[in-house]
Amino acid sequence: MRDRKFVPLTRRQIIRGLLATSAFGITTKLAGCGSSPSPNSPATDGSANAAEEVVVGFIYVGPKDDFGYNQAHAEGAAAMAQVPGIKLVEEASVPETAAVLETMRSMIEIDGAKVLFPTSFGYFDPYILEMAQEFPDVQFFHAGGLYQAGVHPDNVGSYFSYIGEAQYVAGVVAGHMTQTGQLGFVAAKPIPQVLQNINSFTLGAKSIKPDITTQVIFTGDWALPVKEAEATNSLADQGIDVINCHVDSPKVVIETAERRGVYSSGYHANQGPLAPNGFLTGAEWDWISIYTGLAEQFVAGKTLMAGDIDHILRGGLAEQFCKISPYGSAVTAAAKADAEAAREALISGELVIYKGELRDNNGNVILADGEQYEQTNVELEKMNWFIEGVKGSIDG
Amino acid sequence: MTTETSLGLWGIPLGILAGTLRGSAPFLFVSLGECLTEKSGKINLGLEGTLLMGAMSAYGVSFLTQNTVGEFWAPWLGVLAAGVSGMLLGVIYGWLAQQHRVNDVATGIAMIILGSGLAFFLGKPFIQPQAPQLFTFRWGSWSDIPAVQAALKVSPLFLLGVAIAPLLQWVFRSTRWGLYIRAVGDSPQSARAMGISVFKVRMFSIVVGSFLAGIGGACLSLYYPGVWTERISSGQGLMAVALVIFARWNPVQCLWASLLFGGTQAIGPAFQSVGIDSYYYLFNAAPYILTLLIMVITCSPKRTLVGAPGALGTDE
Repeated sequence: MRDRKFVPLTRRQIIRGLLATSAFGITTKLAGCGSSPSPNSPATDGSANAAEEVVVGFIYVGPKDDFGYNQAHAEGAAAMAQVPGIKLVEEASVPETAAVLETMRSMIEIDGAKVLFPTSFGYFDPYILEMAQEFPDVQFFHAGGLYQAGVHPDNVGSYFSYIGEAQYVAGVVAGHMTQTGQLGFVAAKPIPQVLQNINSFTLGAKSIKPDITTQVIFTGDWALPVKEAEATNSLADQGIDVINCHVDSPKVVIETAERRGVYSSGYHANQGPLAPNGFLTGAEWDWISIYTGLAEQFVAGKTLMAGDIDHILRGGLAEQFCKISPYGSAVTAAAKADAEAAREALISGELVIYKGELRDNNGNVILADGEQYEQTNVELEKMNWFIEGVKGSIDG
Repeated sequence: MTTETSLGLWGIPLGILAGTLRGSAPFLFVSLGECLTEKSGKINLGLEGTLLMGAMSAYGVSFLTQNTVGEFWAPWLGVLAAGVSGMLLGVIYGWLAQQHRVNDVATGIAMIILGSGLAFFLGKPFIQPQAPQLFTFRWGSWSDIPAVQAALKVSPLFLLGVAIAPLLQWVFRSTRWGLYIRAVGDSPQSARAMGISVFKVRMFSIVVGSFLAGIGGACLSLYYPGVWTERISSGQGLMAVALVIFARWNPVQCLWASLLFGGTQAIGPAFQSVGIDSYYYLFNAAPYILTLLIMVITCSPKRTLVGAPGALGTDE
């Protein structure tokens, strides 16, 4: 009878209360779609103009203001929302697991999204493919090079920027600035885009000093701040004096490199202010142009399924899909001049990054003398090798 | 820009040593806090949330007060704020977990969600700016090698944690207060018979434990890696809770276990940096494999864990 003192209610009242609470919980769980609702994502309100607006859903793997990959996408999405007739719904910090299925399903069924941008690499297979088959009238755009025409559903498209071009230019700067001839790269996972960044960066540096090497450290996941700092310190211990990275949020790497007194090269967004002494330059996404362009096409009623929008959208420095961070104070005039020259040559198409004779770091020939992979070649998006001069291994 | 000399294979032991000095402080503080809490008979899984809240408030306060109190004292105010924010979460947990028929593990999980959610919500404006960091003792200045100098930058917080471990051991063994806590944790019935308020002792242990865990968060955001992001803890709070079981509820063994886990974080990067690059996923998993092995070797079906407080996991 002690319970009576704490809970002065009848059993029936308690059961009723529990049922009401769980019903409330279930509805909010389904409608609120997750942990990080943004001011731009009001729950569905069935308003009159909802039918006219195209609802576009963006899904990010981490927080939207991470000084990195997700921030670059979120800035692009914010620009897209400025296009009249577009309504934006967003969810951040969605892991690359079945959780993203639930997010996509809520966005489609509850928010009425007609276009989805699940931006992280690992969302594609099997999650996007599964949902694309279930909802053939919803368009799915994936940032990455996994889409294959004829294999994957018609309502799936892919877009990506040849950010390797910007990495090549960053490599040119790094090649000028390194005194030990050793570069370092803190990478998350061995996927083609990461490998291409490492290879392009190294090739840029080797165009200045052919015997430069790049030591790669894989941390194993996109956001592991302690391990990233540890990797940066280990690289600095080995006498490496320029450190680049491909992780979701390069802030830790850039700041740790600055504390160790070595140069750093940024990624995703401009990290220059974080390292006033050691920051050289960086490779940045520029999603704003591609997202606003797509948004105008959505409003005009164009779709992937009808063939109005290309299934593979690609562009590099020339198409303004990526750009180079402003040079840091340490960068010498000679380095700047060569970097600008490389940039011009890449924009005009005179310079091809991957050309023979090119060997991988086990000595196998990738490209024979006279052969080359143009930037648009899909072989580059299946990259599973490191070029000669990169120290690291892809098989964990 | 200095040209650093290459260390070659010496980089591995140095890297692991440096990783131990840099990375073990959060484990140490959280596991000491949890050790104190569990000694009083409650399991506070919510220290993961406390760690995040501590990291966020330390970074935020250090950033906001740098102009008023200067770059030296601002991080110390941050450390204090981290402890206080931990205490507030501790009060909530301590009250909730001691209500009639409330399960402390479930409450702890709710506190993880509350603590991390609050930290993410309040921490949004602090992700981008840079806050002043705690000073470090430069014990490596005798060496000409920059790598050694960098490795031997020791945080005062780490030293504080190292000092607290034996102190806590002494408190448990030789003081009246320590005996109260152990009595409450081992047999609440007897403690009540002795006239000790179980509620008050547990509340005290939980709040002090949460204070320590909050300071653990300050180590992350103001010392190493020295940023505030939502992924800063990457599960270290939960690992530290597991460390306490691993350390058999003994504060000095918590210290060794924390050093071990801090050091193993550096194994993967240190090996890869000298070109030993196969099996890096395995190296990264080293702390977990080690824990499993030790648990398997030391467990016995015939008796409960040595040192486990008697009331732990019961509803008393």
